[in-house]
Amino acid sequence: MKAAVVIFPGTNREHDVCAALKRASGQQPAIVWHRDTELPAADLIVLPGGFAYGDYLRCGAMAAHSPIMREVKARAAKGVPVLGICNGFQVLTEAGMLPGALLRNKTLSFICRDVHLRVENSQTIFTCGYAAGQAIRVPVAHGEGNYTADAATLDRLEGEGRVAFRYCGAAGELTDEDNVNGSARCIAGVFNETRTVLGLMPHPENSTDPLLGCTDGQGLFDGLVSALQ
Amino acid sequence: MKARVHIRFKEGVLDPQGKAIGHALASLGFTGLGEVRQGKLIELELAETDREKAREQVEKMCEQLLANPVIENYDIELV
Repeated sequence: MKAAVVIFPGTNREHDVCAALKRASGQQPAIVWHRDTELPAADLIVLPGGFAYGDYLRCGAMAAHSPIMREVKARAAKGVPVLGICNGFQVLTEAGMLPGALLRNKTLSFICRDVHLRVENSQTIFTCGYAAGQAIRVPVAHGEGNYTADAATLDRLEGEGRVAFRYCGAAGELTDEDNVNGSARCIAGVFNETRTVLGLMPHPENSTDPLLGCTDGQGLFDGLVSALQ
Repeated sequence: MKARVHIRFKEGVLDPQGKAIGHALASLGFTGLGEVRQGKLIELELAETDREKAREQVEKMCEQLLANPVIENYDIELV
């Protein structure tokens, strides 16, 4: 599996996701600069975490209009999978590639800690490495991860199996306390209509190295490799 | 011509910053305070001199970049 990782000024998690992708696929991803207008041949496009354009105006708003995003949209329309993590998720919503928006955390504070996620739909290229209902532990690191959308959109996402992950307790239970940023219906990640675009606030790439004590995020990258190779 | 764009959260969208401001005002002793909402003000200098065309141009700016229609409303004021 060949991946292309897009970086914007202010992106800072590209090395983390490259390491996770390389661990899973054995191949070093290509790095693409936001001013580039062409993407290399790739089985997967990744928008990593960070603070693209300093989060000016709204998180992801400037990056969504970068030259490279035209190409990302064109590839996504052809069915090339796109994964947006954290700031990458914010960029995808601002670019109109995923529904909803990410607001300031309910606590108003930046949250950097491990959380549990419940895998809601395992029938996708991104989540086929997990079982539906499985709870995994991965870190979050964001100030604006409070997912919101109107009720009709939330109903549609749930009805169509487009909620990828929800914040939960260690056993997969949904509580207000575990919904760390106040997201609507505890949503941590969503798919587009064809389930070929995934955006999520938590960082599965930072839960892939045994040295860091937990490798629950590895399933996402292994799943992608098995689905796309 | 100058344009002022006021951007605010749609009704029903949670505004934790507005809430925090409300709490801070209450702790300063201000009473009788209902909901507090925080928005944004963007000032633009425009070369366009025709008011209608200017408004049209700023509306496009709002739709494409300045506001996020999922969560925000905007008002345009030409000065």
